[in-house]
Amino acid sequence: MTETVPRTLPPTSARTVTDATATASARTAHSPRRSLTSRGSVTLIGGAILPVLILAAWQLTTALGVFTIAQLPSPAMVWQAGLDLFASGLLGQYAAISTQRVLIGFAVGAALGIALGALVGLSRTADIMFAPTLGAIRAVPSLAWVPLLILWLKIGEESKLTLIAIGAFFPVYTTVSAALRHVDRQLVEAGRAFGLRGVRLFASVQLPAVIPAVISGLRLALAQAWLFLVAAELIASSMGLGFLLIDSQNNGRIDRILLAIILLAILGKLTDAAVGLFERWANRKWA
Amino acid sequence: MPHLAEPHGTSADPASGRGGAARTTTTTGNSAFTVEFEAIGRTFAPTATRGPTASPPVLRDVSLTVRPGEVLAILGTSGCGKSTLLRIAGGLDSPTTGQVSIDGSPVAGIDPRCAVGFQEPRLLPWRTVTENVALGLPRGTPRAAGRARVAELIELVGLSTFAGHRPQAISGGMAQRASLARALARNPGVLLLDEPFGALDALTRLKMQDLLLDVHAQAPTTVLLVTHDVDEALQLADRIILLGRPDNDTRDGATIVQELTVPGARPRDRGSAELAELRGRLLAGLGIDRHGEARGLAATSTIPAFPY
Repeated sequence: MTETVPRTLPPTSARTVTDATATASARTAHSPRRSLTSRGSVTLIGGAILPVLILAAWQLTTALGVFTIAQLPSPAMVWQAGLDLFASGLLGQYAAISTQRVLIGFAVGAALGIALGALVGLSRTADIMFAPTLGAIRAVPSLAWVPLLILWLKIGEESKLTLIAIGAFFPVYTTVSAALRHVDRQLVEAGRAFGLRGVRLFASVQLPAVIPAVISGLRLALAQAWLFLVAAELIASSMGLGFLLIDSQNNGRIDRILLAIILLAILGKLTDAAVGLFERWANRKWA
Repeated sequence: MPHLAEPHGTSADPASGRGGAARTTTTTGNSAFTVEFEAIGRTFAPTATRGPTASPPVLRDVSLTVRPGEVLAILGTSGCGKSTLLRIAGGLDSPTTGQVSIDGSPVAGIDPRCAVGFQEPRLLPWRTVTENVALGLPRGTPRAAGRARVAELIELVGLSTFAGHRPQAISGGMAQRASLARALARNPGVLLLDEPFGALDALTRLKMQDLLLDVHAQAPTTVLLVTHDVDEALQLADRIILLGRPDNDTRDGATIVQELTVPGARPRDRGSAELAELRGRLLAGLGIDRHGEARGLAATSTIPAFPY
């Protein structure tokens, strides 16, 4: 059995820079040369350049007093605000509750999106019946749901989770239904010619064919879930990163606002990277 | 069932299956079936762009009996309905009039007794060659027997080294061979091939033709081969039918305009003058000028037509 050559390289994040350059010079002698941009360490360092520059610029401007502290606190002050909140236990609680809301809302929305997307993508009847209505619901701006959800579900977890699920639903639904509609007809016919029907046809031909599209839909949905989380928490909540934002705005704690924004960026990027890993694995398996 | 493993198996001579004595029960694999077309006509429903008027028929009055174990080539110009006829035989399409029966029972829907080799390999890109071939196994094949059969077929089409490769990692000819193995995995009573070598380069095509002959010699199933390649038809078939519109006929739709039995046993000499003569005749039937007088004198057939 010969395996196909893995397209992606093993993660080299643990490797140090000197290590990488040393092996690079050794490698040129006997194996085909890999381009510089395909190396894990280079990707990692290259990606870190801009954040480091931004941090340096931030530090510099605050140190030189370009902005007042009320406008832009220094990185150290934001760090201190983070430490204080962490010490009081609030930071962990806020990050945890926000992540929990995103994950639950995302799971519910994505599951419904896959189910309805599959139905609309596979069945012409379902397409005719559901697609226009779902298209209209998608056109409703996210914030328009908030008053209705608060009245119906009160200011509890349910209203926030529902809003996040709505946000996560549509990217998945759209990509799944569109991808299923465009599965290579010839492959489906070949499957049918070899006696596959119904669930077996779906499992052996249609589902694997759309998996890459489904995963990119999931990735979009996750980003959308974080977006809707903040919308939900800004408006009605007593916990979470969105609450931290609105609370700090009312108290004039600009350091905490920056802290919340940075945390949202990091958490969002981490969850996205997790799905990205899954995507890479799935693409290797199915594409 | 592991028919191909038996070297003594069946004779390479397709004529052995012709007497009707070769007809076996459906339960044993690799039995070759009779295919009967009875007055097949096919008209496609008018599409919105063509307007409300009914579109002309593609096929009409195609009546034909293919004997068990026979290799029948269906020739015709592009768009004359060759593939449609083949798809009707496999139940992938249904005729507007008439009916097809295999081994005496009518075809309704996709028929488990047929296997199709398409013009494109149509392999599932996320599966290895082995897994793709295994797709062709009939439902309910025991796991171990299925695995052995798949390995055997892959060996037969010469892909053992590439069994673990994905379709994108192998060449077009290899993919087409894998596709043929997948069709054979079904143990078909009728093998339907829709221009299976049409997309291959000339040399690979010749090799694939020989491969098909080997396969047929080992497991003589009924083969319906759609092709636009006259040489391929002459090389592979016992009998050739030419689909088209008769000259003096104003009706729409293609029907059988010529039918000829190819002389000699396979494998045939590719350089045979006899076949060259038949080739000229078939090409004329396809509306291709033979340019017989190119050397100044009109070419006349010096070889008596078969049967002599």
